[in-house]
Amino acid sequence: MTTRNSARRRAKVRRWAPGLLLLSPSLVLLGVFVYGLIGWTLKLSLSDEHDALGSKGFVGLTNFVDLFTNDINGRFTHSLKNLLVFTVVFIAGALLLGVVWALLLERGVRGEGFFRAVYLFPMAVSFVASGVVWRWLMNSGTGDQAGGLNRIFHDLHLGFLENPWWTDPDWGMAAMALPAIWQLSGYVMALFLAGFRGIPAELREAAQVDGASTYRLYRHVIFPQLTPTALSALILLGHMSMKMFDLIMSVSGAQWITEVPAVYVWQTLLTSDYAKAAAISIVLLVLVAIVIVPYLVYNNRVERRS
Amino acid sequence: MTRRSPFTYVLLLLFLIVVLMPAYVLVVTSLKSGSEIGVNGQWNLPTEWTFDSWAKAWSSLRPSFVRTFELAIPVALISSVLGAANGFVLSRWRFPGADVVFTLILFGMFIPYQAVMIPLRQIVQEIGLPPGIPTLVFVHCVYGIPICTLIFRNYYATTVPVELIEASRVDGAGMLRTFGSVIIPLSAPGFVVTIIWQFTSAWNDYLFAIFMSNTRNGPITIALNALAGAQSPDYAASMAGALIASLPTLLVYIVLGRWFIGGLMAGSVKS
Repeated sequence: MTTRNSARRRAKVRRWAPGLLLLSPSLVLLGVFVYGLIGWTLKLSLSDEHDALGSKGFVGLTNFVDLFTNDINGRFTHSLKNLLVFTVVFIAGALLLGVVWALLLERGVRGEGFFRAVYLFPMAVSFVASGVVWRWLMNSGTGDQAGGLNRIFHDLHLGFLENPWWTDPDWGMAAMALPAIWQLSGYVMALFLAGFRGIPAELREAAQVDGASTYRLYRHVIFPQLTPTALSALILLGHMSMKMFDLIMSVSGAQWITEVPAVYVWQTLLTSDYAKAAAISIVLLVLVAIVIVPYLVYNNRVERRS
Repeated sequence: MTRRSPFTYVLLLLFLIVVLMPAYVLVVTSLKSGSEIGVNGQWNLPTEWTFDSWAKAWSSLRPSFVRTFELAIPVALISSVLGAANGFVLSRWRFPGADVVFTLILFGMFIPYQAVMIPLRQIVQEIGLPPGIPTLVFVHCVYGIPICTLIFRNYYATTVPVELIEASRVDGAGMLRTFGSVIIPLSAPGFVVTIIWQFTSAWNDYLFAIFMSNTRNGPITIALNALAGAQSPDYAASMAGALIASLPTLLVYIVLGRWFIGGLMAGSVKS
């Protein structure tokens, strides 16, 4: 009995081992460079390595407490507030535009492929490149000095629309979200188009036979089917938003008024305050993980059920 | 095809104009001469068309433009091969716990890279990787593993029937034989998607670039930011530079758009 068991075990191992072997280079790399380095960053964030001279020791959560309660001018909480404004405007804008585009295109219009391709093209461009033009578009000059979008508003006698864009100290981050919306609405559209296409045609036909109006068809039949799509879009946009770095660096550069945690890490690193930079990174990681981990676990479960 | 009301087309066209507006500004401004860049007539077509700014931008971007190819091409190839191997094992040569391993791999593509960047800079120095492009090739390959694995896993799970693998097993082929002679020949569409995806991400990356390179040895995003990031930038040259920096990925998008979208959709995890 035991020999048969061990023989079976050996057969199993022989069956799995090559697969694991093929996977192992990647597993080692990711083990070291994702999980290992996260562990290292965590350790750094609990130390007092505030300059290039190295650490004298473990200080517990002091760096984290300092970020929230003892940062000069509340710099960290200010960066979180900026991130919140940016995230809300970005997600709302990209979802709205993406869904509208998908709705306009989903039942087949002439030139659908062309419209889809154009709406999606900003995805192929880097934030650094698009930042160049958005910096020009969002010129903060007004009146006779108006440039970019303000110039259009000025020339169309829509002066009340002229505004300082991202240089506004309170709501500037809402303007900073505009390029991100421009860049990623097409992505949301693509997700929703795939979602629409996944709904069986019989479902629509049945509703139409029952005499449902277009509004009721969407409201009660189609949209409920798209909950998973909406959830994916929300989570993907949310995690991109929290990591937003390139766009801000290229539109405004690193500066107080538009600072978010991802940029703050970079600025802190330039001063060689490794422990503080690590602490900000860990907060950022936790924020992203809160969004992503349940999503990954949920997807894993859905897949296993099917 | 159902007939749609003219209203639909009016809306579609309006959105089209909004989306293309920044592209219009880029092209038009890049073709203006210096005297026309002022506040007046910003949105007009140039009265005098000139490629001077393109020449200026090209001369300052050219070295990094070449370097970015040396970055993006190896990254695209290497991470695709790793992704294919992983995707195959995780979809068609599974072992107990494969799902958990897959989820752990996937997490790597969502992390904010700041959370690894500080020790990463130290570690690549200690390994002795030359700064600039070789370092960036390495880090892009490592952090590209999750997305490539995901794309190939979903690809194999939907296009390669389990029976095919079983048949190969019955014929006495081991895993490597099966992978090499049964799976790889079927993998071309998957490779196109991952190669495009990784090429584009490496080409457009700025985060790794700014942490691990500089204007002398870094990719085009660094050079472009140096060109355009000054306090009072030369907008005509900056915009010509932005167009130059975008041409390769735009070309890939225009020619191979279908597969580009394939990679995009893979980012939403589900197959």
